[in-house]
Order: sequence, then structure tokens, then C-alpha cells
Amino acid sequence: MTSLVPLPVVIPLLGAALTLMLARRPVAQRAISLTALTATLAVSSVLLVLTVTDGPQVVAVGGWAPPLGIVLIADKLAALMLVVSTAVTLCVLVYSIGQGAADGDEETPLSIYHPTYLALTAGVTNAFLSGDLFNLYVGFEVLLVASYVLLTLGSTENRIRAGTTYVVVSLLSSVIFLSALGLVYAATGTLNMAQLAGRFDELPDNLRLLLQGMLLLAFGIKAAVFPLGAWLPDSYPTAPAPVTAVFAGLLTKVGIYAVIRTETLLFPDGRIADVLLVISLLTMVVGILGAVAQSDIKRLLSFTLISHIGYMLFGVALATEAGLSGAIFYIAHHITIQTTLFLAAGLIERRGGTTALDRLGGLGKIAPVLSILFFIPALNLAGIPPFSGFLGKLGLLQAGVDESGPLVWAVVAGGVVTSLLTLYAIGRVWNLAFWRRPHPQMPTAEDEADGSTVLLPRLMIAPTFALVAFSVALTVVAGPLFGITSDAAADLLSRTPYIEAVFPDGAP
Amino acid sequence: MTPNLVYVIVIGVLFGAGVSLLLERTLTRILIGVVLIGNGVNVLILMGGAFGTPPIVGDEPVEGMSDPLPQAMILTAIVITLGITAFLLALAYRSWQLLGHDEVQDDAEDTRIIELADRDEVPHADEDDDDLPNPVYDCAPGREAVR
Repeated sequence: MTSLVPLPVVIPLLGAALTLMLARRPVAQRAISLTALTATLAVSSVLLVLTVTDGPQVVAVGGWAPPLGIVLIADKLAALMLVVSTAVTLCVLVYSIGQGAADGDEETPLSIYHPTYLALTAGVTNAFLSGDLFNLYVGFEVLLVASYVLLTLGSTENRIRAGTTYVVVSLLSSVIFLSALGLVYAATGTLNMAQLAGRFDELPDNLRLLLQGMLLLAFGIKAAVFPLGAWLPDSYPTAPAPVTAVFAGLLTKVGIYAVIRTETLLFPDGRIADVLLVISLLTMVVGILGAVAQSDIKRLLSFTLISHIGYMLFGVALATEAGLSGAIFYIAHHITIQTTLFLAAGLIERRGGTTALDRLGGLGKIAPVLSILFFIPALNLAGIPPFSGFLGKLGLLQAGVDESGPLVWAVVAGGVVTSLLTLYAIGRVWNLAFWRRPHPQMPTAEDEADGSTVLLPRLMIAPTFALVAFSVALTVVAGPLFGITSDAAADLLSRTPYIEAVFPDGAP
Repeated sequence: MTPNLVYVIVIGVLFGAGVSLLLERTLTRILIGVVLIGNGVNVLILMGGAFGTPPIVGDEPVEGMSDPLPQAMILTAIVITLGITAFLLALAYRSWQLLGHDEVQDDAEDTRIIELADRDEVPHADEDDDDLPNPVYDCAPGREAVR
């Protein structure tokens, strides 16, 4: 069954090629994209079941045995990330199709959208599955280059401005990553992660610290942790709503995934745990203070996105089974919820004509369905029981309380404050956009009646609803899910399942 | 293997020049900076492997061969840099089309803070814009609660 492992990368890439060839036939493009992503989701789900029952699934690409060839590995962490991320990308694809259809996309099709979107998916899945540091870099590059194109889609003035910053910052992080790879290879003579795990233990401490720092810096920029995340709230909100949603859900989480993978597999000694704790505290608090000061829903959500990255980093810094398990659960929760909120923000933009809070009002009465679609994920993000946001935070904070030390307790306190401030920020959006009287400049039902626009197309409501349902489902299955994440965390900490899956006879 | 000093200096110069170009505001200069750093990284990767004869099995003894893996990685990196260079050039060209220059702009938050400072106001997200009278907002329920 290991032949399934490359499919989540291969299917979207094939789909990207096909949709590029069929650029003039939007209907065929849509059909191919939907089929490709549905198939990827199915394969990922099978992989998750396989990894839970049989352990990590490994495939040596091209039949070249490791460490000579590149390996793809689906362990529990990777498979779980695959399932959640492909489910989210599929929903966002349906949403964007709905938006395109409602805007009369038939006459002026943006033929590049579907191939790029599928390439982005392939990059994300490749990063999750990669068992080789250089292949991880390639996965990052594929998803980044695709994201450059998606962010500057239509190349309006605003998007060019935001895109420039985004591209330059991402390039810098890629260069740091690549330099780190060059140094790692020079120091150890391999880039296979399972082999590196053993070779790093033999390196001098200072050299190892340098390599760890460079990798963390590169991943930190991608994951937008403090103080490397200032590019995010400036660039994400300018993109089209579905693009922002998929970026917010996936791209930063790929960075966090890379941090978890390298910290647990390559640098398990936890020498910089204190630094990570301080960074996670600052990421949480500074991020949410930024969110409180915003007057635009999309910018506000971007700041909550940065802020909640801090929770995941907290779990990584603890490096205990409970901490890592909480972090993995929180990633799954946060991918879903942040995407849902950005999709809802896109719906608010359609219905209210803007996402600026001082020009919105009364949406609660005008669009009750939309209010529900915003309200449930918003409460979930703020960590109101019984939603998955509450369970994830509870798991992380409990893992923190189990550890002793004033620094850990400071981060726990910071986590609670961040949660409260998230509730405040979200409550402000609710007060200003959904309560009070409607703003006179907002589109009204009469605008819709003349037939030129549909304010809330069904094909955009349905995927948002599906994601809300998915996030609620995460709450319902939280027990079994926490079971999987604790197993994944235990595997990560012991390292042997991963290494033995690649080298059954011991690492060379 | 001891590193060759010439390579080390070349890498240093490429990185230094690249970084100082990255700090410029014109996209074209940033692009040249990126290309320079990219080449610096390529030489850095090349230094990571053993030097020697061409790695073709059969022609040369295996012991004296150079390490082919860094060369394969550099090829990949060159292809990626090529794609990114093309994209950045297109971005710079589009920026020139729209704005008449290709300078990196201030981000929206900075602009907002500068505007507020010019008008000598404190930042307050829920404040109305002065040039946008909004009577509905001013009598809306919940306004006091928000403050």
C-alpha cells in the first residue's frame, strides 16, 4: 500500500498540467480541479487510516534506496496534516468556483487560477510528505511561487504593492533555508532526515546550534512568528477572499509543521526551549494586541492568525508528549477555523460591500445565515467551550501547567490573556458589523433585485457551511483525534518509528 | 577537506553585495541582489561536497570523483532562481506600468500611522473618518458599549 504515498503530490501536479492545457475551457478546468482534489482527499484519508493501523508508510522515489534517493514518508503527523489541509483546500476551491460563477467569470476566465491553485496544493502536500530536507525546500518553493501568482492575481495596484513585500520577504527566507541546507550537507554529508537524526548527534554543539538557528529563522519567517511576521497582515488581506483563506489556513501551518519536524527529529535536546517559549509568548501577545487595534475584518483576522501561531509554538517549546499533542491538535483546529473565518469575511465583503468595520452594520438582521457562519467559528477561535478551540487551548495549557518553571507559567498566563483578547476582538467585529443599524452605503436587497449581482451565492455559502460543520465535527471527534495526536507526539519524541521506517536495518 | 579561501571570499562578496542591494527600495535592484545571493548560495552548496574528477562511472576511479549531489541541488536551485527572476521582472514591469516606478511602497499600517501623526490624532480603530459623515453610526445602539 506504500504506492499511495506519492499520490497526494502527483495527483494535484497532473491536475495542474491538465488544467493548464485546457486553459480556454473553464468548465473542464473546474471539473478537473474538483476531481483532483477529491481524489487527493480520498488518498490522504486512506493514508491516515494506514498510518494509524500499520505505522509510517515510506516510499523511495524512483526506486533509489535511501540515503541515495529521496524518500516520501507519511507518518501520523504528516497524514493528519494531509487530511485536514486537503479537506480545507477542496472547500475553498468550491467557494472560489461559486464566487467566479457569481461574478460572471464565464466571459473573462482567469485561466491561470486553477493550475496555480493545484500547484499550491502539490507544494503543500510535498512539504508534509518529504523525508528529505532538500525535497522539503522544493515543496516550499513550489507552494511559494504558486502563492506569489495567486496573491498578485489580476495585478491591481494594491496587490502589486502587497505582493512585492511578500515576495521579497519569502525570497529572503528561502535563501536562508537554502544556505542552511548547504551547510548541513557540508557538515554531515546527507540531507535525508532520518539519517541526519543520527549524524547531528555527532556534531559539535556550536555547529549544531548554528544550523538549528538558521533553519528556525527560515521556518519562522514562513510561519510568521514574532518578530518575523510583520509581512503577513499587510499582504494577505489584499488577495481575493478564497486565496486569503487558503493562505491563512495552510501556508503558516506548513512552516510550523517544518519547525515541529526538525525540532523533534533533528534537534531533540531542547537546548533553545527557553528561547522558543519567549518567542511564543511574544507572538501571542503582540499579535493579538495588533488585532485589537484593527478596523478592518480581514486585517484583524490576519493578526489573530499570527497570534495563535504562538500557541502551536508553545507546544513545540514544551517538547513533552502532551505539549506536542496539543500543538498538533491545535494546528488541525486552526487550519480549519482560520480558513472558515476568512471565507466568512469574504461573504461579509460581498454582502456589505466592504470589510471596513466603520462602514458595516446590521448584518445580523440582513443576513442571518451569514451571521451564523461567522458566529460559530468566531466563538471557536476565541476558545469558548465546547468548541475545538477550547479543547486545543485546554490541552496546551494543561501541558504547560504540568511543567514547572516561571517562564512556562508566564506563557500559560499569556495564553489565557490572548484567548480573552481574541474574544474581545471578535466581539468588537460582532458588535460593529452584525449589530447596530445598517450603514447607508451598504448594498441593499434592491441592488440584487435588478439581477446584475447575487449578493450571497449558494455555491459560496455551501462550502463555508461545510467547513463550519467540519470544525464542529473536530469538536465531536476530539477524543479519538486527541488519541491520534498523542500517538503522533509519542512517535515524534521517540524518533525510532520514523528512522526505522526509512532504514529497517539501522541508519548507515 | 579544508575550504578553499578563494571560494570563501567569493561567497562573502556575493552575499555582501546581495544584501546591500536587497536593502534598496527599487525592485530591479532587489532582484539583482536576489540573483547575487542565489549564486553565492550555489557556490556555498558546491563547497559542501568533495572536489575531483567528473562523476561518471566507468571513466574514472570512484575514489577520485567529485560529489555529484551538490551539483544536482545547484541545478534545482538555478531553475528555481530563474523562475523567480522572471516573476520579479514581471512584477517590476507591472509596477512601472501602474505607478511609473518600481519602488517598494510603505505598508498600509505605516501609512495609516503616518497619516494619524500628521493630523495629530491618537489611533482609534472605531473612530469615524472625518471626511465621512455617518449619522447612523453616531446614534447606533452599542456605540457606548464598544468604547
